[in-house]
Amino acid sequence: MNKPSLSSLLKNRILVLDGAMGTMIQRYSLNEADFRGDEFLNHPVSIKGNNDLLSITQPKIIGDIHRAYLKAGADIIETNTFSGTVIAQEDYQCENWVDQINEMSARIAKEEADSFTLKDPNKPRYVAGSVGPTNKTASISPDVEDPGFRAITFDQLKAAFKQQMSALQRGGVDLFLIETVIDTLNAKAALMAVYELRDETGIEIPVMLSGTITDASGRTLSGQTTEAFLISVGHFPLLSIGINCALGAKNMLPFVNELSRKSNFFVSAHPNAGLPNEMGAYDETPEMMTDQLREFLDLGVLNIVGGCCGTTPDHISAIAEMAEAYEPRMHQKIDKA
Amino acid sequence: MSAHNQGQFIVDRSRIAEISSGISPLKLSGLEPLSIRVDSNFINIGERTNVTGSKKFLNLIKEDQYDAALSVARDQVEGGAQVLDINMDEGMLDGVEAMKKFVNLIQSEPEIARIPLMIDSSKWEIIEEGLKVCQGKSIVNSISLKAGEDEFVSQARQVLRYGAAIIVMAFDEAGQADTFERRVEICKRSYDILVDEVGFPPQDIIFDPNIFPVATGMDEHVLNAVNFFRAAKWIRENLPGAHVSGGVSNVSFSFRGNNMVREAIHSAFLYHGIRAGMDMGIVNPSMLQVYDDIPKDLLEHVEDVLLNRRNDATERLLDFAQSVKGTAKKKEKDLSWRENTVEARLQHALVHGLVDFIIEDTEEARQNVKRPIEVIEGALMAGMNVVGDLFGSGKMFLPQVVKSARVMKKSVAYLEPFIDDEKSEGENTSAGKVLLATVKGDVHDIGKNIVGVVLACNGYEIIDLGVMVPPNKILETAIEHKVDLIGLSGLITPSLDEMVFVAQEMQRTGFSIPLLIGGATTSRVHTAVKIEPEYPNAEVIHVLDASRSVTISGSLLGADRKRIAEEVRGDYEKLRTQYERKRSEKKMLKYEEARSNQLILNFDEICKPNKLGKTVYEGIDIARIIPFIDWTPFFRTWELHGKYPEILKDSVVGDAARKLFEDAEAMLVDIAGQKWLRASAVVGIWPAQSVMDDIKLYSDVDAAEPMATIHTLRQQTHYSGSKPNLALADFIAPAESGKMDYVGGFAVTTGLGIESKVKEFESNHDDYNAIMIKALADRLAEALAEMMHHKVRTEIWGYARSENLGNEDLIKEKYQGIRPAPGYPACPDHDGKTTLFNLLDANSIGMTLSESLAMTPAASVSGWYFSHPEARYFGLGKINMDQVESYAKRQKVSLDEMKKRLSPVIL
Repeated sequence: MNKPSLSSLLKNRILVLDGAMGTMIQRYSLNEADFRGDEFLNHPVSIKGNNDLLSITQPKIIGDIHRAYLKAGADIIETNTFSGTVIAQEDYQCENWVDQINEMSARIAKEEADSFTLKDPNKPRYVAGSVGPTNKTASISPDVEDPGFRAITFDQLKAAFKQQMSALQRGGVDLFLIETVIDTLNAKAALMAVYELRDETGIEIPVMLSGTITDASGRTLSGQTTEAFLISVGHFPLLSIGINCALGAKNMLPFVNELSRKSNFFVSAHPNAGLPNEMGAYDETPEMMTDQLREFLDLGVLNIVGGCCGTTPDHISAIAEMAEAYEPRMHQKIDKA
Repeated sequence: MSAHNQGQFIVDRSRIAEISSGISPLKLSGLEPLSIRVDSNFINIGERTNVTGSKKFLNLIKEDQYDAALSVARDQVEGGAQVLDINMDEGMLDGVEAMKKFVNLIQSEPEIARIPLMIDSSKWEIIEEGLKVCQGKSIVNSISLKAGEDEFVSQARQVLRYGAAIIVMAFDEAGQADTFERRVEICKRSYDILVDEVGFPPQDIIFDPNIFPVATGMDEHVLNAVNFFRAAKWIRENLPGAHVSGGVSNVSFSFRGNNMVREAIHSAFLYHGIRAGMDMGIVNPSMLQVYDDIPKDLLEHVEDVLLNRRNDATERLLDFAQSVKGTAKKKEKDLSWRENTVEARLQHALVHGLVDFIIEDTEEARQNVKRPIEVIEGALMAGMNVVGDLFGSGKMFLPQVVKSARVMKKSVAYLEPFIDDEKSEGENTSAGKVLLATVKGDVHDIGKNIVGVVLACNGYEIIDLGVMVPPNKILETAIEHKVDLIGLSGLITPSLDEMVFVAQEMQRTGFSIPLLIGGATTSRVHTAVKIEPEYPNAEVIHVLDASRSVTISGSLLGADRKRIAEEVRGDYEKLRTQYERKRSEKKMLKYEEARSNQLILNFDEICKPNKLGKTVYEGIDIARIIPFIDWTPFFRTWELHGKYPEILKDSVVGDAARKLFEDAEAMLVDIAGQKWLRASAVVGIWPAQSVMDDIKLYSDVDAAEPMATIHTLRQQTHYSGSKPNLALADFIAPAESGKMDYVGGFAVTTGLGIESKVKEFESNHDDYNAIMIKALADRLAEALAEMMHHKVRTEIWGYARSENLGNEDLIKEKYQGIRPAPGYPACPDHDGKTTLFNLLDANSIGMTLSESLAMTPAASVSGWYFSHPEARYFGLGKINMDQVESYAKRQKVSLDEMKKRLSPVIL
């Protein structure tokens, strides 16, 4: 399907990313049997909670969720592949399903996105292959007593990401979204994988990259400040740099603002629906979230906006409606400081 | 050789600005950013973590003393290094392994990892390894055209992809550049290839135009410094964006052993190098003299050599050097914190993650206390609390906290033998066994590991099951190892549910050891509301952070357990109440929504009562009721708090409780024997069906019209998850099911005749016995209600014929079915009593209702019977006006009157 390039669209308007996949899946209250479907009837360990597998066992649910977000006005939807690496799937003994998870997920999303684009070619829809951080960190030792130890290496991460992105590419994604970066070294391995994939296929799929600032110190989990994080991934010609997860919009603003000032890339934000409350749920209503995100748009610091944990099609719909009235962040050379 | 004019080496800064306009600064990063503009001040690169330049560092790496090697790195940072050079090029070393290990270790040292690294090696595989373990944007030192363009291009490309800046040596296929012209030629060629062919950002290119030793005595070396300065100037003025660096200590190579002269040479070289455009350099900050502090005569001799101002400059400096031989003062890092008290020093070491002095400080602290464990419980825990507070307020971040834990561990490891010695004098060896696990579905374990370390430091034996641990494994291991405590951890929100499940499983399988809950998403409120109620067998306590795990574990496994448990239970109960209140304030369902979320039960097994209609029992023998008394509330009436029978042995109130109990028993003998009180009861069971939220009662199973209606109220609070909104009507089969169900009612009193007895006591001014008889009558009424309920369950209705429960279980209401009373939480509308009294004709046994619907005698109990196995007590909570309207309409009562009646429950 012929669509304008994302970078050309981004110059004209703010694009809307979809919201949480996990939150939507939770609504279906799926049990172990639902997760297993026919394909995993005899799988040796429990796979409940392995959301990525649902692209294989419950493709209809995943398609429904995509459609709900597209209907809500999302320009870019994310594939259901946040944990689609051999590293993350190892926990469920599903390493052998990685290719299928990613290819299937991409196809499901693409089918939904294409049908919306066909209906309204003036609002083309894009599929971002979601690449999560994996559950292992290349810069942080999981063993307090052995700070030099690493549970995963750069090369292992690179290979895992390459496998995932290669399958996503086969499934037809329009871009990659390397997101929830908690350890910058993991992200750098993912970027190296993209370089190699480009060498091998000759196709340059754009890359959005989004880090996670975890707490009040304004740092990533691996200890970097926002600017240090930006510098560490700045060698790659990204489509956009941004922040997602961990924080609600309100707490995220100073860091997004910093990215906006210091980056030459387009800037994205997809915050959670507030901070989880004491019971682990997200409380912010679409109105509350848009009220906070409006400040981002008033300041003109965003090119791409969406939602992370706890957000729903209602949130995205409210965000899309709001974003329409605003000009995107001016994409220009930044200060030389 | 002719003398050179100094001005010849001064770079034209306006020219740099001109050619570099539009080019970004060189940006590097460790944990923090470092931005180097074309006009930035000189950047110091620490050089002591280089095995080729430091014998000491080489030995530390060879001997695997990485802790000390890290201290070398930290010294550099504290000494002012802005970038840290790391080099592991030594024949006897596995350079790849050493680079990986050292850089990995640095990542865990935030004080060091703060600044960018320079990955320094002449071997590409060592450079690549360094890049693979470095999250920040570092500098590669170095690549060159030495092995030709192909290799140069391919390595540069890789460096770019790893996200690093690059140092290019002035070196090509023909060798190292030693003249000004060769330097310029190679640097220009390298720059063009990098920028035009590879696409390397020009600001990320740093040239090292070779710093060679001066004063070697060889003629070809006299221009070594001068040519470097000239090359630096040329590069900065002709290659846009490029930077110039160099290894400074090389220049003074000839004066090894004479630090004073060396420092002077370094300082003078830097002074002129920087003026020439050198904007970064590998230096040993502690081997630098302040330029202005260099004695004038020494400076003159040094500059003569560097700038080649005299033909005999070298000889003159060598002679002069003899006279100033001696060691220059070492620049000390800030050690003022060493002057504080030992407690303050321990705290400083913990907060800053410094291990250097921890052993001697720990020893000093140990000598100040009676028992070594006091160091841990005192100064160390106090320090960790400071760490916890700083972390909580965002002033420290996780890698620093992990370091603090390691300092703690070092200190504790030192103390352990002393603690063990003490223990061998008769104490048991382990403070207790603790099982730790990150629950299923969650892989986060940093916090859990810290808890493990802290607890282990305090003498606990830790069984750590790791992450993603399924509940059965937790339980099995706990049994197998006979652990004393279980600690569950989790970071992501689904872990909260998993913890609830583990608690349920512990209850179901009869565990009775305390359960600790911790992790980022856990909270006291969640623990109180969701987890604690699932595991009544033992304590469930939320642990805010690792530092608190010690005190909590200590109290739970010590003599304090009971007190702590009660305290926590009380707190959690309060939290639950507050939570319910807050939540019900927040979210309410519309009545229709609440109705559609009703509880749907299975009514396949309705038990037909043995006897329908009402049954009256008058003049019941009080002596038969006494065994059913629940004594705990009796003591509470007298402000004695505690559970019966334990309260009789309580160290504080035991005496008073025993005296009271003796008096009560004595009076009960009279109440029963002298018939001071008479007891009567009436119970009834009727066919019934629910219609919406009402229960229709029929005189018999075939009756066409209902004889009465019980109107019930439905919870309207918005619950999360699958929790239904209950009404008592849910426990009765709905009319549309076509099944006939049954509902019962009862009214009992044990207060008949009490008035005259109370008056008698009061007229004798015997308030004690007046209160006593009322209190006993109340207890007897409750006991009679319990007794009648038992009779109904096993005989009159007979749905639980085989029930065989002791009094304890009866009090805990472990039987099937409920007997909610109008006016109580499930059905707060007191008007239900009117319906009940009419149905039972309770007046016939001497019970009446006042205008305000209070029962006389006071010692009376009435209520409904529900028999369904799923019937349970619940609190209605607050309701909305929409339900009040419906409720009023159903009873044909005006809305105003209904509002008055229900005012306590209307939101």
